[in-house]
Amino acid sequence: MIGGDYVPSNYIPVVIFIVIATLFPIVTLLVAKLVRPSTPEPDKLGPYECGIDPQMESRGRYTVRYYIIAILFVIFDVETIFLFPWAVQFKVLGLFGLIEMLVFLGILIVGYVWVYKKGALEWV
Amino acid sequence: MPLPFIVITLIKAIVVLIVLMTVAAYLVWFERKIVARIQNRWGPTRVGPFGLLQPLADAIKLLTKEDFTPAGVFRVPYLLAPALSLTVALLAFAVIPFGPGFQIADLNIGLLFILAISSMGVYGIVLAGWASNSKYSLLGGLRSSAQMISYELAISLSVVGVLLLGGSLSLREIVSAQSGVWGLVPRWNVFPQLVGFFCFFIAAIAETNRLPFDLPEAETELVAGYHTEYSSMKFAMFFIAEYTNMVTASCMATILFFGGWHGPVPSFLPAPLQAVVPLFWFSLKVVLFLFVYVWIRGTLPRFRYDQLMSFGWKFLVPLALINLVVTSFVIALRA
Repeated sequence: MIGGDYVPSNYIPVVIFIVIATLFPIVTLLVAKLVRPSTPEPDKLGPYECGIDPQMESRGRYTVRYYIIAILFVIFDVETIFLFPWAVQFKVLGLFGLIEMLVFLGILIVGYVWVYKKGALEWV
Repeated sequence: MPLPFIVITLIKAIVVLIVLMTVAAYLVWFERKIVARIQNRWGPTRVGPFGLLQPLADAIKLLTKEDFTPAGVFRVPYLLAPALSLTVALLAFAVIPFGPGFQIADLNIGLLFILAISSMGVYGIVLAGWASNSKYSLLGGLRSSAQMISYELAISLSVVGVLLLGGSLSLREIVSAQSGVWGLVPRWNVFPQLVGFFCFFIAAIAETNRLPFDLPEAETELVAGYHTEYSSMKFAMFFIAEYTNMVTASCMATILFFGGWHGPVPSFLPAPLQAVVPLFWFSLKVVLFLFVYVWIRGTLPRFRYDQLMSFGWKFLVPLALINLVVTSFVIALRA
């Protein structure tokens, strides 16, 4: 458990690993740059649309559903993260923890039912 | 920090990286072979015995192919996306315990670290889709982001049951808590948490964009989805990232639900060989999960997008919630 003199020395290997994992794609791309050919032509550089010239802006409008899903995700995921420390300490908290979390989950479930009833989870 | 410690960590990290790249490369071979057998074909046979050198040939081919940047792309995100996907896919292995002591960093929040890192994987795909200046890429990227965040919810909820049993977020401690037996059955979390495992594994398949949930790159409708406009090594990076994510998901299923490096039977090997036994069990379980991945890919057709979303939100999430409530009640009643 974390005491007063806690030093995050556990994270030094993680930092080392992050550095290596970041260097790996960079080095690979640089090596590839040295060996690969490069002969750009206008036809080659157009976006792929089955051989037909693109007609419209490629970053067009898209359905609002994606935004709704993203917002729902933020709400529910934050609530899920609150469950983690509770679950780890569950055996220590005992009955108090159980009831407390049931209240919390109750609010979450009411929200879920409301979202369901509103049709926010329907895709079509 | 003493220098030897840093050097040892560096060596460990490089070894893990090399092993991981080899595993990812041979996973492609493994998948092609098995899918071929499922479809009554032979798969790769020409390069080396049983096509075993095929991954090497593929790597050389991808490395020497022309790598062009299409006109109209946003250059920085276009370049950043494949690198980010790959880096993030590799990072999970900083905390995965392969055996007792075989771990780069034993964080007390290891599980949280993996969830956080894997949810960053969506950035690579969204950036690729948005930067590519292609309709297929954009649609693939959007679909992928919505799919990944939806199933991430199911993943987080389904692992809470494991946390209730294990009482720790450290992956090493979660595995340690699964040692021993109940009578003849090993004390793996999968037995009390069968529903949780079910949710976790399905959501993990969706999270790694594999069939039957490979909507982001559904080739019959979106050409190749978010990596339509990528070629050569940049394409290879998305490819490696996807396979690395499969390995991560299999490792997580092994650690959280199948007892990690603990074997189902006591070891009877002589003492000098004892050290490799945990590694053997861990690898065996991971390979089994990878096989299931490929098996599912070879067997099931692709979901439709609305089916995919409603399956995630209306079935997996409530199921994981119910599992969580029931688990906490059972544990509270027993205490």
